[in-house]
Amino acid sequence: MLQLGIKELAKYPFLAETGDYLRDKGFNLEQLSDPDWKPVVEKAYGRIVVATTGQIYGGDIENPDLEILSFVIGIILLKSAGISTLNRRFSLAEARRAERYLEQGLNALQKDRTILENLKLKEESIQSSLKIIQDLFSIQVEMEDDRLKIRIADYLKRAVHFNEREWKLVNRQVESGYVYLSSHEIVRLVRKELDVYINSKIQSVSVSFIPETFRERVGDLVLLAKKFSTTVIVSSDYPPCVKHAIEVLDKGENLPHSGRFMLATYLLAKGQTVEQIAPLFKNAPDYNERVTKYQLEHIAGSSGKGTKYVCPSCEKLKSENLCFAIPECDGIINPVQFGTRRKTNA
Amino acid sequence: MLEKNINFVEAALKEYYFNNFELIHVPSRTSEREFGYQKFNSGMTRHLTIKNDKDLHFLLMTQMPSDVYCSNACYSFPNLPMSEKDWKEAELIFDIDAKDLKLDCRKNHTCFKCNSCQCINEQSSKCIKCNSDKFDVISVTCQNCISETKKEVQKLVQVLTEDLAINKEKILVYFSGNEGFHVHIENSEYQTLDSRERADLADYIMFNGVIPETLGINRQNNSKMLLPDIGEKGWRGRVAREIFGTKSKRPKIIQEILLGGYSAFQSRLEEMRHTIGVRIDPKVTMDIHRIFRLGGSINSKSGLSKILCKDLENFDPFSDACLLGDEKVEVLANYPISFRLKNKKYGPYVGETISVPKHAAVYMICKGLADVTQ
Repeated sequence: MLQLGIKELAKYPFLAETGDYLRDKGFNLEQLSDPDWKPVVEKAYGRIVVATTGQIYGGDIENPDLEILSFVIGIILLKSAGISTLNRRFSLAEARRAERYLEQGLNALQKDRTILENLKLKEESIQSSLKIIQDLFSIQVEMEDDRLKIRIADYLKRAVHFNEREWKLVNRQVESGYVYLSSHEIVRLVRKELDVYINSKIQSVSVSFIPETFRERVGDLVLLAKKFSTTVIVSSDYPPCVKHAIEVLDKGENLPHSGRFMLATYLLAKGQTVEQIAPLFKNAPDYNERVTKYQLEHIAGSSGKGTKYVCPSCEKLKSENLCFAIPECDGIINPVQFGTRRKTNA
Repeated sequence: MLEKNINFVEAALKEYYFNNFELIHVPSRTSEREFGYQKFNSGMTRHLTIKNDKDLHFLLMTQMPSDVYCSNACYSFPNLPMSEKDWKEAELIFDIDAKDLKLDCRKNHTCFKCNSCQCINEQSSKCIKCNSDKFDVISVTCQNCISETKKEVQKLVQVLTEDLAINKEKILVYFSGNEGFHVHIENSEYQTLDSRERADLADYIMFNGVIPETLGINRQNNSKMLLPDIGEKGWRGRVAREIFGTKSKRPKIIQEILLGGYSAFQSRLEEMRHTIGVRIDPKVTMDIHRIFRLGGSINSKSGLSKILCKDLENFDPFSDACLLGDEKVEVLANYPISFRLKNKKYGPYVGETISVPKHAAVYMICKGLADVTQ
C-alpha cells in the first residue's frame, strides 16, 4: 500500500493517515493547548474564515506541518463551536482545495514523466491522486496513451447526478468498457463525494475538552455564524420542493446543483427577475456573486446561447431526491403547476 | 378469454411443460430471485420464491399458469414486499419488440376486434357492424417483422460488445414468444447500476440525447478537424460511417455539413436515432424490479415459447418456437389475414369452422382469432 509523504498529507489532511502522522509526532490536545501553538490556532481560524466566504484556502505546501496542524486545529475549533453551517462550508472549501491537487496529480500523469522536473515529487503527486480516487471513491483511473479513462459503470453512478447534456454517456467518448475523460472531468465527478467524505470526517471527531487558548476563536466562530442566519420568508404558495431548497440554502447548507437549478427555473417561471433571485443563494457555502449572477442569467436565457431553461418535472425531481410531495401536489407533473392546479380543481 | 378456450389452452400448456421439462429451468442464484405467474383471466401472483427446477415444474403442473416470470434482480428476501426485499443487483435486460419499430408491413397483418360485438374490422375508426369505436388491436407477426427485429438485436449486440465490453458468451438472446427478442446479460459489471443509471445507459444504446458538439459541430467556429472519422470507435465512428459512407465522399459531405450549420446537423442526428440507434424498449432496461418472462416458458399472447436463439440469423420463431402438439383440433376462426406456422399457411378465415394442428389452434385462440368448437 502506498504511504503518503508529508507534503501529500498536507494536500489531503482529511485522510486517515493524518492520525498516524499526529501519533508519530507525538501531538495531542494538551500539547496543542500550549500558548506556543497560538500562531497555528490563528492560521486554523483564518482557514475557516476563508472557507465561510466561499473562497478556497491556498496554504503553503512547503510548510506541511503547519498545513496539517492548522487543518486539525480547525476541526477542533469547529467541533467546539458546534455550528453545522460552518462545518459544511469548511468541508466544501476543503473539498475544493483537495480537488485542485487531485487534478494536478492527474495532469502530471498525462505528461511525459521523464522530462518532468523534480521527478520524485511529481510521481508521488500522481500516485496520491490515483490512490485517493481509488481508496475513497473506488474508481480506478487508468491511462491509455496520454488519455485518462474510467469504467463505464463508475462513470454512470456519478454522472447521472449532473443535468448538463454533455455529461450524458452518449456525449462521451466510450470504448471497450471505458469512458475517456480529462483530469478536470474526473475530479468534477467525485466533487460531491469528496465533500461528503470530509464532512463525515469532521462529524466523526470527538473533542474531550476545549483548550483555553482556543476559546477566544471558538467564540469568534459563534459570532461569525450569526452572519449566516438571516431569515428568508418562504411563501406558502411555494411547492414543498422549492420550500425545501430555500430552507437548505437559508441554513447555509449545500444544495446540490440540480436543486439550485430547480429553484432558479421555478422562480424565473413565476416571473421573478435574476436580481430578485440571486440573494437567495448568498448563504450557499460556495456563494460567489459574479458566478451566481452569470449562471442565473444563463438559465434565464438572457446570456449564453439564449436557451431559456424550464423547471424540471416532478418525476425528474423525484429521481434526484428533491421531491417532498404533500397532498396538495396531487395531479401536478411540474412544480410550476403547484397552486394553479389546486385552485382549478377546487 | 372464454372458459372453453381457457380449458383447452391450459391443457395444451400443461402437456407442453410435462413433455419439455428439460427446456425450462430456474436461473442461477435461484434463492435470491422473485418468481411470479399469471393465470388466464386473472391477475399476477408475485413475490414467490422457488428453490429448484423440481419446485418450478411442480408449480407448472399444479397452477397451470398462462405465463411464468422471474426477476432479473437478486434480493436478500425475494418473497417479501418490494420495499423490504433488499435489492442487491440485477442483470441487464433488453426488450426489442416489432410493434415498437413502426414497420410499414404492420398494417398488412393488423386488424381490430370490436369490444362490443367481437366483429373483426380492418379499420379502427368505427365497427362496421355496431358502430362502436372501442377495439382490441390484433396482430400476427410476419417474417419482415422478425427480420427487422433481428437487425436491431444485431445492432444491440455490437454496441454491447464493442462499447460496453460485454463478452459475447454473456449475451443471451431469446425469442420473446411473441413479437420480438429479449436479451439477457449474465454476470456483468453493470449489474449494480440503479434505474437512473440504466436509463442513461439505455439512452446511450438508443443514441438518444446526443448533441452536435459531441460530433464536432459547434454553434460557431467549426473545423473539419473535429468531425468524426469512419475509423473511430463508438458512436462517433458509427455516425461517420452513416454520413460519409466512404472516404472519397468525405470532403464534399463535410462542406455540406459546415454550410448547413448547427441546427441542420442537430436534426440530422435526431433522424439518425431511428437508423443507427438501437430501438430497445427503455422502460424494460430501466426497471430493476421487473419480473421478466422465464426462458423456456410459453407466452400466452401467442402460444409460442420464449426460447434461446443460438443461431439468430437462421432462427425461425414460427418453427423453432412453435413447440405445442400437432394433433388436429376443430376451431371457429375469424381472421381476414393469413399467417404461417411450421411452414404451413393459415387463413384468411371468415367465420369458418376448421380443423388445424393444436399449435395453430392455440396460436389463433391466444391471439383472439378463434374459439374452440367443443
